[in-house]
Amino acid sequence: MSEHVIAGALAPRPILKRGGLIVAAVFVVLAVAALAGARYGLLLAVGLGFGLALEGLRFGFAGPWRAMILRREPSGLWAQLLAIGIVTVFALPLIANHGGELNGAQAPIGFAMIAGAFVFGVAMQVVLGCGSGTLVNAGSGNPVSLVALPFFAIGSFAGAYHLFWWTGLGALPIMNFEGWSGVLITLGLLFSVAMVAWKFATPQKRVLPRRLVIAAVVIAALALANLLISGQPWGVVYGLGLWVAKGAVAAGVDLSGSAFWAAPATAERVTSSVLTDYTSLTDIGIILGAFFVASWRVGGLSAKLPSLPARAWVGTIVAGFLLGYSSRLAFGCNVGAFFSGISTGSLHGWVWFGAAFVGSIYGIKLRPILGLEARS
Amino acid sequence: MTRRFTAGIAVLAVAGLIGWDLKASPPNPYAAPPILAIGSGLSTAGGFCGALPN
Repeated sequence: MSEHVIAGALAPRPILKRGGLIVAAVFVVLAVAALAGARYGLLLAVGLGFGLALEGLRFGFAGPWRAMILRREPSGLWAQLLAIGIVTVFALPLIANHGGELNGAQAPIGFAMIAGAFVFGVAMQVVLGCGSGTLVNAGSGNPVSLVALPFFAIGSFAGAYHLFWWTGLGALPIMNFEGWSGVLITLGLLFSVAMVAWKFATPQKRVLPRRLVIAAVVIAALALANLLISGQPWGVVYGLGLWVAKGAVAAGVDLSGSAFWAAPATAERVTSSVLTDYTSLTDIGIILGAFFVASWRVGGLSAKLPSLPARAWVGTIVAGFLLGYSSRLAFGCNVGAFFSGISTGSLHGWVWFGAAFVGSIYGIKLRPILGLEARS
Repeated sequence: MTRRFTAGIAVLAVAGLIGWDLKASPPNPYAAPPILAIGSGLSTAGGFCGALPN
């Protein structure tokens, strides 16, 4: 008993620890604003908000798709559709009225795009973490995501390096829903998907918990703030590849052989600070926000690390790389293509959703084979 | 070993990335754009995963 008393006396009191976390969060935002500019500090705050909301309210993408496929639980998927719908109502009219200042996540549908989305769906179920989910999980101490993340970044860099070769295989022109008619069409499609999920759902599980409604509203508000502050939708993958490109250039690697990385605008970003890159800031914010939530929770970081077989770690590394590579070919991950693509009217977001969902079915089957969970 | 260890690595990696980058590519706050893109009159110039470079 005396050991417990001593341990309790040495452990930081929750109120002190939590006060320290709040001070740390405010400090990093103000520091970035002072070092790089107010817009960048504000965007880091938005990223922190994403991390806090995703981890704190348990809002995700890979997990809810898995729940829908395996257990016919539609609540997480419905929350995603609700958040996308809220953003759509505001984003499409704003983009129509502020063309140039605000841009949507508009990308072409093509062979590589569809294949990339399918592979992303497989890989995100293998590591049980999508674009945002891998960042959240790494920040909250999930060792699988922590190992996958650097390979995700390397894959993103490599996919961008080869992107023009892949798009040369064939792609349609960019197709978008625009303005208020686009809002109505998108909401109609979102409602249709929600109804399909309702039809396939287990009857007892046809409920949307209040927590997920709140999460959807908060995530939508943050996504809109991201759009208004940066002029572009919420994205994840670009920033990860940029970090590797900066490292490669610092190591003396010549990127002039890549049409993507040698393009003037991209080359300029490689030499600029990561604190002035929008997706880098929100990515950093998501990791730190998730860390703050896990630290805030009593016992949030006390779970023991799992013991996994070697093939699970090899599978994690390969899946991490594929997450990055495929999401570049697919013009985004679950955030940049699915969430932001659909909510800003891009048809490629819908195609991404279909291909990645089919890929998820195979990824769920692959996960136990790779030793990442007990075989059922 | 607990998640405290792996979460700590994640935060240290982020801190290391920012620290290294600050030294290699220091930002200039005086060249920063207006706080909001909307109403700024400026075209969007950020990198995005759904966009090909011009």
